[in-house]
Amino acid sequence: MKKKKTAQPPKWATRFLTLYCRPELLEDLQGDLNEFFERNLQARGAFLARLIYVIDVLKFFRPYTVRRPSLVNPLNRKIMFASYFKTSGRVIMRNKLFSGINIIGMAVSMSVGLLVIAFVSDLFSFDHTLNNRDRIYRVVSTLVPAGSPPVKLASTSWKAGMLLPREIPGIESIVILRRGFSGDAKIGESTVPVSGLYANEGFFDVFSFPLVKGVAATALKQPRSLVLTQTTATKLFGLADPMGKVIKVDTVNYTVTGILADIPKLSHIQFEMLVSLSSIDVTAPASSNDGNYLDWTNIFSNYVYVLLSKKTDQATLTTALNSLNQRENAASGSHNKILLSPQPLKAIPVGTPLGNELGFVMFRVAVLTLAGLALIIILSACFNYTNLSIARSLRRSREVGIRKVIGAKRIQVIGQFIAESVIISLISLCFAFFIFLLLRGQFLSFFPDLQRTLSLELSPRLGIAFILLAVVVGVVAGLLPALFYSKINAVQVLKDASSLKVFRHLSLRKAFVVIQYTFSLIFITAAVIGYTQYEGFIRLDLGFTTTNILNIDMQGNKDDVFVKELSAIPSVRGISRSLIVSSLGSLWGTDIKYRNPLDSAGVDLNYIDEHYLPLHKYTFLAGRNFTPKPKDAPETETIVNQQVLKRFDIGHNNPEKAIGEVVTIDNKRLTIVGVLKDFHYGTVESKIDPTAFRYSAQPGRYVNVKVDPANIPATITGIETIWKQLDKVHPLDAKFYDDQIEQAYRAYSVMVKVIGLFALLAICISSLGLFGMVIYTMEKRVKEISIRRVLGAGNGTLVYLLSKGFLFLLLISALIALPLTWLFFDKVVLTKISYHQPIQFRDIFIGLFFIAAIAFIMIGTQTLKIVRTNPARVLKNE
Amino acid sequence: MKGTHLGEFEELVLLTIASLVNNAYSVAICDELSKHAERTVKLGVVHAVLNRLEEKGLAKSELGEATATRGGKRKRFYVPTGAGKASLVRAKEIRDQLWQKIPNLTLKQI
Repeated sequence: MKKKKTAQPPKWATRFLTLYCRPELLEDLQGDLNEFFERNLQARGAFLARLIYVIDVLKFFRPYTVRRPSLVNPLNRKIMFASYFKTSGRVIMRNKLFSGINIIGMAVSMSVGLLVIAFVSDLFSFDHTLNNRDRIYRVVSTLVPAGSPPVKLASTSWKAGMLLPREIPGIESIVILRRGFSGDAKIGESTVPVSGLYANEGFFDVFSFPLVKGVAATALKQPRSLVLTQTTATKLFGLADPMGKVIKVDTVNYTVTGILADIPKLSHIQFEMLVSLSSIDVTAPASSNDGNYLDWTNIFSNYVYVLLSKKTDQATLTTALNSLNQRENAASGSHNKILLSPQPLKAIPVGTPLGNELGFVMFRVAVLTLAGLALIIILSACFNYTNLSIARSLRRSREVGIRKVIGAKRIQVIGQFIAESVIISLISLCFAFFIFLLLRGQFLSFFPDLQRTLSLELSPRLGIAFILLAVVVGVVAGLLPALFYSKINAVQVLKDASSLKVFRHLSLRKAFVVIQYTFSLIFITAAVIGYTQYEGFIRLDLGFTTTNILNIDMQGNKDDVFVKELSAIPSVRGISRSLIVSSLGSLWGTDIKYRNPLDSAGVDLNYIDEHYLPLHKYTFLAGRNFTPKPKDAPETETIVNQQVLKRFDIGHNNPEKAIGEVVTIDNKRLTIVGVLKDFHYGTVESKIDPTAFRYSAQPGRYVNVKVDPANIPATITGIETIWKQLDKVHPLDAKFYDDQIEQAYRAYSVMVKVIGLFALLAICISSLGLFGMVIYTMEKRVKEISIRRVLGAGNGTLVYLLSKGFLFLLLISALIALPLTWLFFDKVVLTKISYHQPIQFRDIFIGLFFIAAIAFIMIGTQTLKIVRTNPARVLKNE
Repeated sequence: MKGTHLGEFEELVLLTIASLVNNAYSVAICDELSKHAERTVKLGVVHAVLNRLEEKGLAKSELGEATATRGGKRKRFYVPTGAGKASLVRAKEIRDQLWQKIPNLTLKQI
């Protein structure tokens, strides 16, 4: 025997056999194999013997030898499961600190997870009531202007919609929609403002929105037909049957030919009513400045959806559109190329950003970012669990040792620990659910667009997803501790628990703490920087004043009488009129030329009356304001900013010399009568461009009213009374300029709020984790501290000794997080914003200071507590 | 029923089990068969058949005592059950009856 010990069957083969073979057959088989091995060893030598052994092991891999998946018998497993449950309950009850920290952390983090799940689930159920949802595609356009970046639009040309069915045989049906139907509907005595979409008769073939009344095939066929949604029908007609009734919208009579069941909130198309597309006279020039209705380049108001036949796929459509693009772009002769491409209906709610969307959509980047943030928070809570579980190993390793001695298998120890973490995460789920219910409204109110569309309603599917999340979180959190404990050597632990190599995992745990704090710091610093930037945006000196100016949208009404009556209100300090309200992001642009007729540049434009510039306190560098003129007098004057002079080198950039020079705007020769200091016409994101003001006695859209700040509510009431005499249908639309500017940067404030919320959560969770770690570490070192004290160490020295490790971790996190955040903002985010404040050192360190303060309080109080205990009492126990 | 039929090789193995009396474990059966049938019988095949015989209820098995050989693994000893013995006898009877029907078959004529 001893001699043969040199030649053994290959171990891996034996292990493989043990792995696959049924336990009841294993011993016999192994014995047989061994016997043959010995025989072969003597007869044929070690090499062949081992080879044959391996071959035999492989040959024994047969259906009857392979073990069934159910290893342990079901009864035993049931008992073990009950035991896991019971022990877990006891452990959770006994370690209140551990359980508390983890349940709070997981509940907080999971509530965010639930929010994201509900949110994503809502997004993915968009338009899910439609039949053939998989076969519907939207034709979207990419506008490629010569020399500027391409613009992606959800809209397309009417022409494309007309050409497509002829070009592509695989199209089952097609619908053309057009925006822009709006007016005041007169029904009997009452007048109601209405709006809707134009649609041709293909609408009901492509979209299976059900008609309550009317015939789908013909409802949208005749010109001046109207299909109302049920809500609109009730709004207009009450309980009466609207079918066949005539509605006068502005000057045209429309007949109601159908009633549509209300469009589900979760749809990317939203409208009050549909008007037959044939109502539009395509031969007339389109109302806006974008050419004829049927131009290939008129791509800003029309939407085309196609329903492909079952045999056609997206690739066919793409190819057909490509060839159409080539032909039509060549034929149109325009500088602007237009590229059509298909977009699946399913991809619309979570897609790439497109201009001119019909209804609410979410960008994929935003969804992914949100999910990513939630994931970080949840992982952070999992880290807490893992860290604390391993940190308290001193208490639990003996228990595991005894379990192993009694006969627990490795898998059972793992089962025990996983069960424990899953139970904790399920308890957390209950709390998380309540937090979710509270948070839901808050979250939606961050985004007014979301609030209109999404409701985050609960559903059974959502419930299952929630529970699944909890289980996954539990398993992830419990996996590392489970593996750690299952590897414990029973004999060693029972002999002397302190010999356990807890500190082998110390670097891993430290890494977890560093990661947690890094993310916390990144979040909070990002929130602080974001907030100061946002503050900077709304406080930015625009180059003119906006305080106490009320912008009133005239909504198509004549402003003469209104202005006259307004000026009678004593608290109104001044009134001016303008076409648009600038600095909010909306632009009105055209071309400007100087002497060279071939050199044109884009210019931002506003039409104003003579009161506008003084009212807003624009700074004149040279020249004068517009002189008032009657309505029909020819236009001769313009006032420009410095950028216009710079662009064309008018008067060698000298404002004084530029006065009297003539520029051509929109083919009109206008004399520069004034030069303004540069001001912000757009938002802070865009550079200050050449900007010009043109005079109009009646610019149309807005009336700007400077009011006395003393009694604003009374002033507004006064304005409202006057408005009501003028327009009985539409309510007054008056907004303070400052509020409008704040509104224009709303996206930023929302982002700051969201990141701030995540920062708060991340800090909460990582602080909890640190707190637990400190307590367990102190517990382990209590004896050491007592001896140090007996030997004469002072309180200060001890606190320093105990806390320096943690503070070091915090320092590492700060060294990673702060430069990273700074770089991200400085090099990525803020480069997109032309006028931003430089990032202050203060902004970067506020977050660190805050987090460090919390950490220090926690560490300090705990170490002080330990340091102050009487060393004699601790040491007496030995 | 597929379960009760006794195949040719199964019959041989079952016979060997019976003939080995108290020493019928896989390797011994394998050796014995190889000796008598004058062909190499693979261990894997024998194992499969033993397993099948036990499933059919024609043989039963028991683990023996652990010994120093075989790497300390115990042997599994097989004995034919009542049904096993009955099916052996039945198989022999079928053959005998057929043999008796042959008038004068001698080896020379083959």
